Amino acid sequence: MKHLTRRDFMEYLGRMGLAGTILPRSVAGWGLDLPISLDEAAGYASSIMKGGKAAMKAMEDFTPEQEYYIGRTVGAVVLSRYKPLKNETANHYLNLVGQTLALASDLPEVFNGYHLLILDSDDINAFATPSGLIFVTRGMVRCCSNEGELAAVLAHEIGHVQAKHGIQSIEKGRITEAIAIIGIEATKTFADSDIASLTETFEGSINDITTTLINNGYSRSFEDEADQAAVTILERIGYSPVNLVNMLKIMYQRLDPGGMDFARTHPSPKSRIKNLEKIIKPDAMAAENSTRARRFKAALQNV
Amino acid sequence: MAETMCVQVRKCSLRKKPSFLGAPLRDLDYGDQVTIDETRNSWVRVTPVDGKGSGWLHLSALTEKKIILGHDSPEVKTGASSDEIALAGKGFNRQVEERFKQNNRNVDFAPIDAMEKIVISQAEMHAFLVDGGLDSLGEGQT
Repeated sequence: MKHLTRRDFMEYLGRMGLAGTILPRSVAGWGLDLPISLDEAAGYASSIMKGGKAAMKAMEDFTPEQEYYIGRTVGAVVLSRYKPLKNETANHYLNLVGQTLALASDLPEVFNGYHLLILDSDDINAFATPSGLIFVTRGMVRCCSNEGELAAVLAHEIGHVQAKHGIQSIEKGRITEAIAIIGIEATKTFADSDIASLTETFEGSINDITTTLINNGYSRSFEDEADQAAVTILERIGYSPVNLVNMLKIMYQRLDPGGMDFARTHPSPKSRIKNLEKIIKPDAMAAENSTRARRFKAALQNV
Repeated sequence: MAETMCVQVRKCSLRKKPSFLGAPLRDLDYGDQVTIDETRNSWVRVTPVDGKGSGWLHLSALTEKKIILGHDSPEVKTGASSDEIALAGKGFNRQVEERFKQNNRNVDFAPIDAMEKIVISQAEMHAFLVDGGLDSLGEGQT
Protein backbone atom coordinates (compact mmCIF):
# COMPACT_ATOMS: atom_id res chain seq x y z
CA MET A 1 0.00 0.00 0.00
CA LYS A 2 1.38 3.36 -1.01
CA HIS A 3 1.43 5.81 1.86
CA LEU A 4 0.46 9.31 0.93
CA THR A 5 1.91 12.51 2.30
CA ARG A 6 -0.29 15.53 2.79
CA ARG A 7 1.10 16.95 -0.45
CA ASP A 8 0.11 13.80 -2.33
CA PHE A 9 -3.33 14.02 -0.87
CA MET A 10 -3.69 17.67 -1.88
CA GLU A 11 -2.51 16.85 -5.39
CA TYR A 12 -4.98 14.01 -5.52
CA LEU A 13 -7.80 16.33 -4.47
CA GLY A 14 -6.59 18.75 -7.12
CA ARG A 15 -6.89 16.08 -9.81
CA MET A 16 -10.36 15.30 -8.55
CA GLY A 17 -11.24 18.97 -8.96
CA LEU A 18 -11.50 19.30 -5.21
CA ALA A 19 -8.51 21.48 -4.46
CA GLY A 20 -10.77 24.32 -3.46
CA THR A 21 -12.97 22.18 -1.25
CA ILE A 22 -12.82 22.24 2.48
CA LEU A 23 -11.62 18.98 3.97
CA PRO A 24 -13.70 17.34 6.64
CA ARG A 25 -12.00 18.17 9.91
CA SER A 26 -11.25 14.58 10.73
CA VAL A 27 -9.28 14.18 7.50
CA ALA A 28 -7.58 17.54 7.79
CA GLY A 29 -6.62 16.71 11.32
CA TRP A 30 -4.54 13.78 10.21
CA GLY A 31 -1.80 16.09 9.23
CA LEU A 32 1.44 15.83 7.38
CA ASP A 33 2.72 12.36 6.89
CA LEU A 34 0.09 10.06 8.24
CA PRO A 35 -0.38 7.03 6.06
CA ILE A 36 -3.55 6.88 4.03
CA SER A 37 -3.94 4.79 0.91
CA LEU A 38 -5.08 6.09 -2.41
CA ASP A 39 -8.29 4.08 -2.01
CA GLU A 40 -8.95 5.66 1.34
CA ALA A 41 -8.23 9.07 -0.14
CA ALA A 42 -10.73 8.35 -2.92
CA GLY A 43 -13.29 7.45 -0.29
CA TYR A 44 -12.76 10.72 1.53
CA ALA A 45 -12.78 12.66 -1.70
CA SER A 46 -16.19 11.27 -2.61
CA SER A 47 -17.49 11.98 0.86
CA ILE A 48 -16.25 15.55 0.45
CA MET A 49 -18.16 15.84 -2.81
CA LYS A 50 -21.29 14.72 -1.02
CA GLY A 51 -20.68 17.23 1.72
CA GLY A 52 -22.19 20.26 0.04
CA LYS A 53 -22.12 22.15 3.28
CA ALA A 54 -18.38 21.71 3.63
CA ALA A 55 -17.53 25.09 2.14
CA MET A 56 -19.84 26.79 4.62
CA LYS A 57 -17.57 25.54 7.35
CA ALA A 58 -14.68 27.72 6.18
CA MET A 59 -15.56 30.57 8.49
CA GLU A 60 -16.16 28.33 11.46
CA ASP A 61 -12.77 26.73 11.06
CA PHE A 62 -11.02 29.82 12.33
CA THR A 63 -11.51 30.46 16.02
CA PRO A 64 -12.06 34.09 17.15
CA GLU A 65 -8.46 33.94 18.39
CA GLN A 66 -7.15 33.10 14.92
CA GLU A 67 -9.36 35.75 13.34
CA TYR A 68 -7.77 38.19 15.78
CA TYR A 69 -4.25 37.41 14.51
CA ILE A 70 -5.46 37.65 10.90
CA GLY A 71 -7.16 40.98 11.68
CA ARG A 72 -4.12 42.49 13.42
CA THR A 73 -1.89 41.70 10.48
CA VAL A 74 -4.40 42.94 7.88
CA GLY A 75 -4.57 46.15 9.95
CA ALA A 76 -0.77 46.45 10.03
CA VAL A 77 -0.67 46.08 6.23
CA VAL A 78 -3.37 48.76 5.85
CA LEU A 79 -1.20 51.01 8.05
CA SER A 80 1.83 50.36 5.87
CA ARG A 81 -0.10 52.12 3.08
CA TYR A 82 -1.93 54.77 5.11
CA LYS A 83 -0.63 56.77 8.07
CA PRO A 84 -2.71 57.01 11.25
CA LEU A 85 -4.12 60.50 11.87
CA LYS A 86 -2.39 61.93 14.93
CA ASN A 87 -5.40 63.48 16.64
CA GLU A 88 -6.16 61.87 19.98
CA THR A 89 -9.45 63.71 20.52
CA ALA A 90 -10.84 62.70 17.13
CA ASN A 91 -9.69 59.08 17.46
CA HIS A 92 -11.15 58.80 20.96
CA TYR A 93 -14.51 60.10 19.73
CA LEU A 94 -14.43 57.68 16.78
CA ASN A 95 -13.92 54.82 19.27
CA LEU A 96 -16.68 56.14 21.51
CA VAL A 97 -19.18 56.06 18.63
CA GLY A 98 -17.86 52.85 17.06
CA GLN A 99 -17.37 50.73 20.17
CA THR A 100 -20.84 51.68 21.39
CA LEU A 101 -22.40 50.76 18.03
CA ALA A 102 -20.54 47.44 18.00
CA LEU A 103 -22.28 46.43 21.23
CA ALA A 104 -25.61 46.81 19.42
CA SER A 105 -24.48 44.49 16.60
CA ASP A 106 -25.07 40.74 16.38
CA LEU A 107 -21.37 40.22 17.12
CA PRO A 108 -20.62 42.45 20.11
CA GLU A 109 -17.96 40.12 21.53
CA VAL A 110 -14.89 39.65 19.34
CA PHE A 111 -11.62 38.21 20.66
CA ASN A 112 -10.05 41.50 21.74
CA GLY A 113 -12.77 44.11 21.25
CA TYR A 114 -13.47 46.60 18.44
CA HIS A 115 -10.94 49.39 17.89
CA LEU A 116 -11.10 52.27 15.42
CA LEU A 117 -8.64 54.69 13.84
CA ILE A 118 -8.76 57.65 11.45
CA LEU A 119 -6.32 57.41 8.51
CA ASP A 120 -4.46 60.54 7.42
CA SER A 121 -5.67 60.49 3.81
CA ASP A 122 -7.97 62.53 1.60
CA ASP A 123 -9.23 59.35 -0.08
CA ILE A 124 -12.86 58.62 0.73
CA ASN A 125 -12.67 55.13 2.18
CA ALA A 126 -13.21 52.82 5.16
CA PHE A 127 -11.92 49.31 5.93
CA ALA A 128 -12.75 46.69 8.50
CA THR A 129 -10.52 43.72 9.32
CA PRO A 130 -11.66 40.39 10.72
CA SER A 131 -12.10 40.63 14.49
CA GLY A 132 -13.03 44.30 14.51
CA LEU A 133 -10.28 46.77 13.60
CA ILE A 134 -11.98 49.60 11.70
CA PHE A 135 -10.20 52.31 9.69
CA VAL A 136 -11.85 55.44 8.31
CA THR A 137 -10.00 57.99 6.18
CA ARG A 138 -10.03 61.70 6.98
CA GLY A 139 -11.70 62.17 3.58
CA MET A 140 -14.54 59.91 4.67
CA VAL A 141 -14.91 61.64 8.05
CA ARG A 142 -15.16 64.97 6.20
CA CYS A 143 -18.08 63.60 4.18
CA CYS A 144 -20.06 63.18 7.42
CA SER A 145 -22.05 66.24 8.39
CA ASN A 146 -23.21 64.91 11.74
CA GLU A 147 -22.77 62.09 14.30
CA GLY A 148 -25.58 60.02 12.78
CA GLU A 149 -23.86 59.93 9.39
CA LEU A 150 -20.55 58.96 10.97
CA ALA A 151 -22.41 56.25 12.90
CA ALA A 152 -23.87 55.01 9.59
CA VAL A 153 -20.38 54.58 8.07
CA LEU A 154 -19.13 52.75 11.18
CA ALA A 155 -22.25 50.56 11.41
CA HIS A 156 -21.70 49.48 7.79
CA GLU A 157 -18.11 48.46 8.61
CA ILE A 158 -19.28 46.63 11.75
CA GLY A 159 -21.72 44.84 9.42
CA HIS A 160 -18.74 43.49 7.43
CA VAL A 161 -17.06 42.29 10.65
CA GLN A 162 -20.24 40.66 11.93
CA ALA A 163 -20.81 38.77 8.66
CA LYS A 164 -17.11 37.74 8.51
CA HIS A 165 -16.71 39.08 4.98
CA GLY A 166 -12.95 39.49 5.42
CA ILE A 167 -12.42 35.83 6.27
CA GLN A 168 -14.61 34.83 3.34
CA SER A 169 -12.32 36.62 0.91
CA ILE A 170 -9.52 34.18 1.69
CA GLU A 171 -9.12 31.77 -1.23
CA LYS A 172 -10.84 28.51 -0.42
CA GLY A 173 -7.85 26.42 -1.41
CA ARG A 174 -5.73 28.33 1.05
CA ILE A 175 -8.11 27.59 3.88
CA THR A 176 -7.86 23.92 2.98
CA GLU A 177 -4.09 24.17 3.26
CA ALA A 178 -4.28 26.06 6.53
CA ILE A 179 -6.64 23.55 8.07
CA ALA A 180 -4.47 20.67 6.94
CA ILE A 181 -1.47 22.20 8.70
CA ILE A 182 -3.37 23.50 11.73
CA GLY A 183 -4.94 20.10 12.26
CA ILE A 184 -1.68 18.43 13.21
CA GLU A 185 -1.31 20.59 16.24
CA ALA A 186 -3.99 18.60 17.99
CA THR A 187 -1.53 15.75 18.27
CA LYS A 188 1.82 17.46 18.57
CA THR A 189 3.46 20.84 18.93
CA PHE A 190 4.71 22.61 15.83
CA ALA A 191 8.05 21.86 14.25
CA ASP A 192 9.92 24.82 12.76
CA SER A 193 9.08 23.70 9.21
CA ASP A 194 5.38 23.62 10.10
CA ILE A 195 5.58 27.20 11.39
CA ALA A 196 7.24 28.19 8.12
CA SER A 197 4.52 26.63 5.97
CA LEU A 198 1.77 27.92 8.23
CA THR A 199 3.27 31.42 7.97
CA GLU A 200 3.29 31.06 4.18
CA THR A 201 -0.43 30.23 4.24
CA PHE A 202 -0.98 33.09 6.69
CA GLU A 203 0.80 35.55 4.35
CA GLY A 204 -1.34 34.35 1.45
CA SER A 205 -4.51 34.78 3.50
CA ILE A 206 -3.50 38.30 4.53
CA ASN A 207 -2.80 39.12 0.90
CA ASP A 208 -6.22 37.79 -0.20
CA ILE A 209 -7.97 40.00 2.36
CA THR A 210 -5.96 43.19 1.80
CA THR A 211 -6.29 42.84 -1.99
CA THR A 212 -10.05 42.59 -1.53
CA LEU A 213 -10.24 45.50 0.92
CA ILE A 214 -7.90 47.86 -0.89
CA ASN A 215 -8.05 46.90 -4.57
CA ASN A 216 -11.02 44.79 -5.58
CA GLY A 217 -13.76 45.39 -3.03
CA TYR A 218 -16.42 42.99 -1.84
CA SER A 219 -19.23 41.60 -3.93
CA ARG A 220 -22.41 43.56 -4.39
CA SER A 221 -24.25 41.11 -2.12
CA PHE A 222 -21.74 41.60 0.72
CA GLU A 223 -22.16 45.38 0.49
CA ASP A 224 -25.94 45.02 0.61
CA GLU A 225 -25.61 42.69 3.59
CA ALA A 226 -23.43 45.24 5.41
CA ASP A 227 -25.93 48.00 4.59
CA GLN A 228 -28.79 45.94 6.02
CA ALA A 229 -26.79 45.20 9.17
CA ALA A 230 -26.04 48.92 9.47
CA VAL A 231 -29.76 49.78 9.36
CA THR A 232 -30.43 47.31 12.19
CA ILE A 233 -27.53 48.54 14.33
CA LEU A 234 -28.49 52.20 13.84
CA GLU A 235 -32.13 51.51 14.73
CA ARG A 236 -31.18 49.50 17.82
CA ILE A 237 -29.16 52.35 19.21
CA GLY A 238 -31.50 55.17 18.23
CA TYR A 239 -29.87 56.77 15.18
CA SER A 240 -32.05 57.14 12.13
CA PRO A 241 -31.05 54.75 9.32
CA VAL A 242 -31.79 57.62 6.93
CA ASN A 243 -28.29 58.77 7.93
CA LEU A 244 -26.88 55.93 5.81
CA VAL A 245 -28.84 57.11 2.78
CA ASN A 246 -27.75 60.71 3.36
CA MET A 247 -24.14 59.60 3.65
CA LEU A 248 -24.34 57.68 0.37
CA LYS A 249 -25.85 60.72 -1.35
CA ILE A 250 -22.94 62.89 -0.19
CA MET A 251 -20.45 60.27 -1.35
CA TYR A 252 -22.21 60.06 -4.70
CA GLN A 253 -21.60 63.77 -5.17
CA ARG A 254 -17.99 63.74 -4.02
CA LEU A 255 -16.58 60.52 -5.37
CA ASP A 256 -14.32 60.60 -8.34
CA PRO A 257 -15.79 57.79 -10.50
CA GLY A 258 -12.36 56.80 -11.84
CA GLY A 259 -10.74 57.23 -8.42
CA MET A 260 -8.68 54.74 -6.50
CA ASP A 261 -10.72 54.76 -3.32
CA PHE A 262 -14.27 53.89 -2.33
CA ALA A 263 -15.53 54.35 -5.91
CA ARG A 264 -13.25 51.57 -7.07
CA THR A 265 -14.13 49.06 -4.37
CA HIS A 266 -17.86 49.67 -3.84
CA PRO A 267 -21.02 49.40 -5.92
CA SER A 268 -22.41 52.78 -6.95
CA PRO A 269 -24.01 54.66 -4.05
CA LYS A 270 -27.09 55.16 -6.25
CA SER A 271 -27.89 51.44 -6.42
CA ARG A 272 -27.28 51.03 -2.68
CA ILE A 273 -29.66 53.92 -1.93
CA LYS A 274 -32.32 52.24 -4.05
CA ASN A 275 -32.01 49.04 -2.01
CA LEU A 276 -32.00 50.88 1.30
CA GLU A 277 -35.13 52.81 0.44
CA LYS A 278 -36.94 49.48 0.25
CA ILE A 279 -36.22 48.72 3.91
CA ILE A 280 -36.18 52.15 5.56
CA LYS A 281 -39.44 53.80 6.53
CA PRO A 282 -39.63 57.26 4.92
CA ASP A 283 -40.54 58.96 8.22
CA ALA A 284 -37.56 57.45 10.03
CA MET A 285 -35.55 60.68 10.16
CA ALA A 286 -35.25 61.96 13.70
CA ALA A 287 -34.07 65.47 14.51
CA GLU A 288 -30.38 65.71 15.31
CA ASN A 289 -29.95 66.24 19.04
CA SER A 290 -28.00 69.36 20.06
CA THR A 291 -25.58 67.48 22.35
CA ARG A 292 -24.66 65.18 19.49
CA ALA A 293 -24.11 68.15 17.19
CA ARG A 294 -21.87 69.81 19.79
CA ARG A 295 -19.70 66.81 20.58
CA PHE A 296 -19.34 65.89 16.89
CA LYS A 297 -18.03 69.36 16.08
CA ALA A 298 -15.79 69.53 19.15
CA ALA A 299 -14.13 66.21 18.40
CA LEU A 300 -13.73 66.42 14.64
CA GLN A 301 -13.26 70.12 13.87
CA ASN A 302 -9.53 69.70 13.15
CA VAL A 303 -9.78 66.58 11.01
CA MET B 1 -28.18 18.32 32.45
CA ALA B 2 -27.31 21.96 32.00
CA GLU B 3 -25.43 22.79 28.83
CA THR B 4 -21.77 23.76 29.22
CA MET B 5 -20.07 26.37 27.05
CA CYS B 6 -16.62 28.03 26.97
CA VAL B 7 -15.52 31.66 26.77
CA GLN B 8 -14.01 32.17 23.28
CA VAL B 9 -12.81 35.76 23.72
CA ARG B 10 -9.80 37.06 25.65
CA LYS B 11 -11.88 38.58 28.45
CA CYS B 12 -15.53 39.31 29.13
CA SER B 13 -17.68 40.47 32.04
CA LEU B 14 -20.42 38.56 33.75
CA ARG B 15 -23.22 41.11 34.24
CA LYS B 16 -26.08 41.63 36.63
CA LYS B 17 -28.56 42.29 33.80
CA PRO B 18 -28.70 41.00 30.18
CA SER B 19 -27.27 44.25 28.81
CA PHE B 20 -23.80 45.68 28.17
CA LEU B 21 -24.76 48.46 30.56
CA GLY B 22 -25.57 45.93 33.29
CA ALA B 23 -23.27 46.14 36.32
CA PRO B 24 -20.20 43.89 35.86
CA LEU B 25 -20.03 41.19 38.53
CA ARG B 26 -16.76 39.46 37.64
CA ASP B 27 -14.43 38.92 34.68
CA LEU B 28 -14.13 35.64 32.83
CA ASP B 29 -11.10 34.64 30.75
CA TYR B 30 -10.52 32.75 27.50
CA GLY B 31 -11.34 29.08 27.97
CA ASP B 32 -13.36 29.48 31.19
CA GLN B 33 -16.29 27.05 31.33
CA VAL B 34 -19.83 28.05 32.26
CA THR B 35 -23.15 26.22 32.55
CA ILE B 36 -26.22 27.80 30.97
CA ASP B 37 -29.09 28.48 33.39
CA GLU B 38 -31.40 30.61 31.26
CA THR B 39 -31.56 32.08 27.74
CA ARG B 40 -33.11 35.41 26.77
CA ASN B 41 -32.68 36.39 23.10
CA SER B 42 -28.91 36.55 22.56
CA TRP B 43 -28.13 36.68 26.27
CA VAL B 44 -27.59 33.76 28.60
CA ARG B 45 -27.53 33.59 32.38
CA VAL B 46 -24.64 31.38 33.34
CA THR B 47 -22.82 29.95 36.31
CA PRO B 48 -19.05 29.59 35.96
CA VAL B 49 -17.90 26.02 36.72
CA ASP B 50 -15.93 27.29 39.71
CA GLY B 51 -19.40 28.01 41.15
CA LYS B 52 -18.56 31.60 42.09
CA GLY B 53 -21.61 33.69 41.26
CA SER B 54 -23.97 33.73 38.34
CA GLY B 55 -24.73 36.43 35.78
CA TRP B 56 -25.42 37.34 32.15
CA LEU B 57 -23.18 36.99 29.09
CA HIS B 58 -23.84 37.77 25.43
CA LEU B 59 -23.86 34.51 23.45
CA SER B 60 -21.19 35.79 21.04
CA ALA B 61 -18.64 35.45 23.87
CA LEU B 62 -19.27 31.71 24.05
CA THR B 63 -18.65 28.57 22.00
CA GLU B 64 -20.06 25.09 22.33
CA LYS B 65 -16.57 23.71 21.76
CA LYS B 66 -14.41 22.94 24.75
CA ILE B 67 -11.41 25.24 24.63
CA ILE B 68 -8.20 23.48 25.58
CA LEU B 69 -5.43 25.71 26.82
CA GLY B 70 -2.61 23.13 27.00
CA HIS B 71 -1.31 20.53 24.58
CA ASP B 72 -1.08 17.76 27.14
CA SER B 73 -4.73 17.64 28.17
CA PRO B 74 -6.52 14.28 28.02
CA GLU B 75 -8.79 15.47 25.16
CA VAL B 76 -5.78 16.19 22.96
CA LYS B 77 -4.17 12.85 23.77
CA THR B 78 -7.30 10.87 22.97
CA GLY B 79 -7.70 12.80 19.71
CA ALA B 80 -11.13 14.34 20.26
CA SER B 81 -12.33 15.90 16.99
CA SER B 82 -12.16 19.63 16.31
CA ASP B 83 -15.96 19.68 16.22
CA GLU B 84 -15.77 19.14 19.96
CA ILE B 85 -12.63 20.95 21.01
CA ALA B 86 -10.64 24.02 20.01
CA LEU B 87 -7.04 24.41 21.02
CA ALA B 88 -6.19 27.83 22.34
CA GLY B 89 -3.17 29.24 20.53
CA LYS B 90 -3.44 26.82 17.62
CA GLY B 91 -2.88 27.75 13.99
CA PHE B 92 -2.54 31.44 13.26
CA ASN B 93 -1.09 32.62 16.55
CA ARG B 94 1.53 34.87 18.12
CA GLN B 95 4.31 32.58 16.84
CA VAL B 96 3.05 32.91 13.24
CA GLU B 97 2.72 36.68 13.67
CA GLU B 98 6.36 36.82 14.85
CA ARG B 99 7.48 34.85 11.79
CA PHE B 100 5.39 37.13 9.56
CA LYS B 101 7.17 40.14 11.10
CA GLN B 102 10.57 38.60 10.34
CA ASN B 103 9.53 38.05 6.72
CA ASN B 104 7.88 41.47 6.32
CA ARG B 105 10.01 44.02 8.12
CA ASN B 106 8.26 46.90 6.33
CA VAL B 107 5.00 46.08 8.14
CA ASP B 108 4.89 47.86 11.49
CA PHE B 109 2.62 46.52 14.23
CA ALA B 110 3.27 49.35 16.71
CA PRO B 111 0.30 51.48 15.50
CA ILE B 112 -1.95 48.41 15.80
CA ASP B 113 -0.77 47.81 19.38
CA ALA B 114 -1.52 51.48 20.14
CA MET B 115 -4.94 51.25 18.50
CA GLU B 116 -5.85 48.21 20.60
CA LYS B 117 -5.19 50.21 23.75
CA ILE B 118 -8.11 52.57 23.04
CA VAL B 119 -10.87 51.07 25.18
CA ILE B 120 -14.00 53.05 26.04
CA SER B 121 -15.22 52.53 29.61
CA GLN B 122 -18.76 51.45 30.34
CA ALA B 123 -19.39 54.69 32.26
CA GLU B 124 -18.29 56.81 29.29
CA MET B 125 -20.45 54.78 26.91
CA HIS B 126 -23.44 55.17 29.20
CA ALA B 127 -22.98 58.94 29.39
CA PHE B 128 -22.53 59.08 25.60
CA LEU B 129 -25.88 57.33 25.06
CA VAL B 130 -27.83 59.29 27.68
CA ASP B 131 -26.43 62.72 26.75
CA GLY B 132 -27.01 62.03 23.06
CA GLY B 133 -30.63 61.04 23.59
CA LEU B 134 -29.87 57.55 22.28
CA ASP B 135 -31.23 54.18 23.40
CA SER B 136 -29.57 52.40 26.26
CA LEU B 137 -28.44 49.07 24.75
CA GLY B 138 -31.58 47.67 26.32
CA GLU B 139 -32.09 44.32 27.88
CA GLY B 140 -32.27 41.48 25.41
CA GLN B 141 -32.07 43.97 22.59
CA THR B 142 -29.44 42.12 20.62
